[in-house]
Amino acid sequence: MTTEVQSALMRELGAERLGMFLYQMVLIRHFEEKCGELYTKGKIRGFLHLYTGQEACAVGSINCLEDRDKILTHYRDHGHALARGLDPNRVMAELYGKATGVAGGRGGSMHLYDVEKGFLGGYAIVAAHLPLAVGLGVAAQMKREDFVTLCIFGDGSVGEGEFHEALNMAVLWNTPTIFFCENNLYGMGVPFKASLSTEIPKLAAAYNMPAVSVDGMDVLEVYAATREAVAHARAGKGPYFIEAMTYRYRGHSMADPELYRLKEEIEEAKQRDCIERLKRQMMEAGMLDEQGFAEIDARATAVVDEAVEFSERSPQPALDTLFDHLYKE
Amino acid sequence: MAIMRMRDALREALREEMLRDERIFLMGEDIGLYGGSYAVTKGLLEEFGEERVRDTPIAESAIVGIGIGAAMGGMHPMVEIMTINFSFLALDQIVNNAAKLLHMSNGQINVPLVIRMASGGGSQLAATHSHSLEGLYAHFPGLKVVCPSTPADAKGLLKRAFRDQNTVIFIEHTANYGLRGEVPDDPDFLVEFGVANVVREGTDVTIVGYSGSVHQATRAAELLEQQEEISAEVIDLRTLRPLDMDTVIRSVKKTNRAVIVEDAWKFGGFGGELAAQIMERAFDWLDAPVARVACKDVPLPYNRNLEFHALPSEEDVVEAVLGMFKE
Repeated sequence: MTTEVQSALMRELGAERLGMFLYQMVLIRHFEEKCGELYTKGKIRGFLHLYTGQEACAVGSINCLEDRDKILTHYRDHGHALARGLDPNRVMAELYGKATGVAGGRGGSMHLYDVEKGFLGGYAIVAAHLPLAVGLGVAAQMKREDFVTLCIFGDGSVGEGEFHEALNMAVLWNTPTIFFCENNLYGMGVPFKASLSTEIPKLAAAYNMPAVSVDGMDVLEVYAATREAVAHARAGKGPYFIEAMTYRYRGHSMADPELYRLKEEIEEAKQRDCIERLKRQMMEAGMLDEQGFAEIDARATAVVDEAVEFSERSPQPALDTLFDHLYKE
Repeated sequence: MAIMRMRDALREALREEMLRDERIFLMGEDIGLYGGSYAVTKGLLEEFGEERVRDTPIAESAIVGIGIGAAMGGMHPMVEIMTINFSFLALDQIVNNAAKLLHMSNGQINVPLVIRMASGGGSQLAATHSHSLEGLYAHFPGLKVVCPSTPADAKGLLKRAFRDQNTVIFIEHTANYGLRGEVPDDPDFLVEFGVANVVREGTDVTIVGYSGSVHQATRAAELLEQQEEISAEVIDLRTLRPLDMDTVIRSVKKTNRAVIVEDAWKFGGFGGELAAQIMERAFDWLDAPVARVACKDVPLPYNRNLEFHALPSEEDVVEAVLGMFKE
C-alpha cells in the first residue's frame, strides 16, 4: 500500500473509526495475554490457541462486514469473536466453561458461537468450515438475500482436500464467499513452505478466483483488500480470496515448546507489530497522542478485568442440562 | 393407494416435499442430467430446474459440507451420496458438524439436512462397494438414522425426514429399489420416526431386522412356519435412531427368544447393541441366548458364490432359530 493510498484511507475512515480499530486490536492483545495467564493457573483448560500478533487480520477484515453478514472461522477464534463485537464477558466465560459462556460451556476456546451476531462458529477440524461457507452462499442466493460470508482459516488448511473442493464449488456456483487465509507461516510447527509446493494465492487463481496477498500485520491493508472482496461478493461477482501474511507471537497452543523457530524470528516479527504500526500512523496523522493511547489501553484492560470477574462469579452449567440441545424439536 | 417400486416412492416423496416447501433443494453426483445413479431423482431436474436440483463435482465432503452450510443459512437441503461407501469421504462433515453443531452451540445452530445413501451388498461389487453402515451412523448422538424396507415406509419416512429440524441419515438398501408395494398417495402421509413395524405376528421367536435384512427375516419366518411349525414374529426397526426398543422387548417377553438379522458385520455391530438391550431389559424372559445372524467377518468378495456365502441368508436365520429349540 503506497503512502498516498494509506493517507487517503486514513482520512476516509477518520480518527474515530481508526481509534476503534486500535481499541479492538489492543483489547484482543490484552484478552489473549490474560488467557495465557489464566491457562497456567488452570482456570482455562483444554486446548488454547492464542491470537497474539495476528490482531490486524481479524480487525481489518471483520470491520468490512455488515450486521447481516456471516463469519466462520478456525479454532484460534477469540480475536474474531471480539472483533465481531461478541460480549467479552461471555467469550471469557466460555473459556471458563461456565453456563454464561457464548456456548453455555459446551464449546470452549475452539468453538465460539453467537448466531445473533452472524458469528457461526470456530471450527476445530482444519478446513472443515470452508464447504459450510459455500453452503451459506448458496442459501443467500436461493433466498435472494445479499449477505456475504467471511470464511477465515489458516495456511495449514491448504493441504486439505476440502480447501480445494470448496474453492472449486464456490467458483462453479458463484457464491458470495470471501476466503480469508491467515498465513502465519506455520501449520502447528511445520513451515508452510515445507507443506505446499506452490504459493497460496496461485491455488485460488487456479480455480479462477480473484486472489490477492496482503500484509496481514497492517490493519489498513487488510481492511482495504477485504472491503474490495466484500463489494465484489455482494455485487454477485462470486468468491474472492485473500492471503494475509501474519505472525503469531505465541506457540501454536499452550502446549507448544516452539522448537521449530528461533527467538530472533519472533523478535523480528514484533518489529512489524500491528498495534504499534497503527498507533504510529495515527500519531503521525495527528489523530492520536500518547494520552489517547493510554486511554484506549486502560479501557481494554478494564474490559478484560471485568470479563475475568464475570467469569469467576458465573455458575457452572447444571448437570441436568447435559442432554439439552441434542435434537431440535 | 398405488402399486409402485421403492425408487418411485422415494421420488414421489421428494417431489411432494419440494412442492410443499421451497427451502428444499437437492444436491449430489449425477442426480440431475443422469437422473440419479439408482434413478430416484429421475425427472426432477426437468420439473424443478437447475437451482433446486444440482449436479455436483465428485467431492463428497464438500457436498455434505455445503448442505450443512445451506441448512445453517435457512434452507432444507437433501444431499444424495451415490452410495454409502463414498460417505467415508464425508464422515467428518457428518460426524463433527451435522451431528454436533446444535449441542456444541448450546442450541443456537441446527442443521436440517437429509442425507440419502444407497447401501448394502449382494450386487457383486466387491469389498469397497458393498458396505452396510447403518449401525456406524447410529453410533453418533445428534444424528437420526432411517432405513426403510418397503416402498410405503420409504415414502412416509422420507417425507417425515423433511419435517425434521435435525440431520437425518436416510439409508436405502440397493436390493429394495425395485421392490413393489402399495404406497399411499395422500400428500400428508408420514411415517413417524422411532416406531418399529411388526411385519408378521408370531408366538415362538422374535426376529428383528432393518433395511434389507427384514426380507430375509420374513422369508425365514415363512419357511419356519411351513417346515417346522414354528411361529416367528418379525420386527422391522425402520429407524435405528430413534430406536423403538419397547416394541422389541414387548415381543421378546411374549416369544422368549430373539434373533437379530443384519447385513453388517457382527463384530462391534448394531446387532450387538440390540442383544445387549434385550439382555438388560428381558433377561428373565429369555429361554435361549440372543442369536445374531450377520455378514461373515470378511470384506465382501466379488465372486457370487463367495459373496452369498458371506452374506446372511434366510437359511442362516432358520438355522439360528432351530438352534434355539434344541435341547
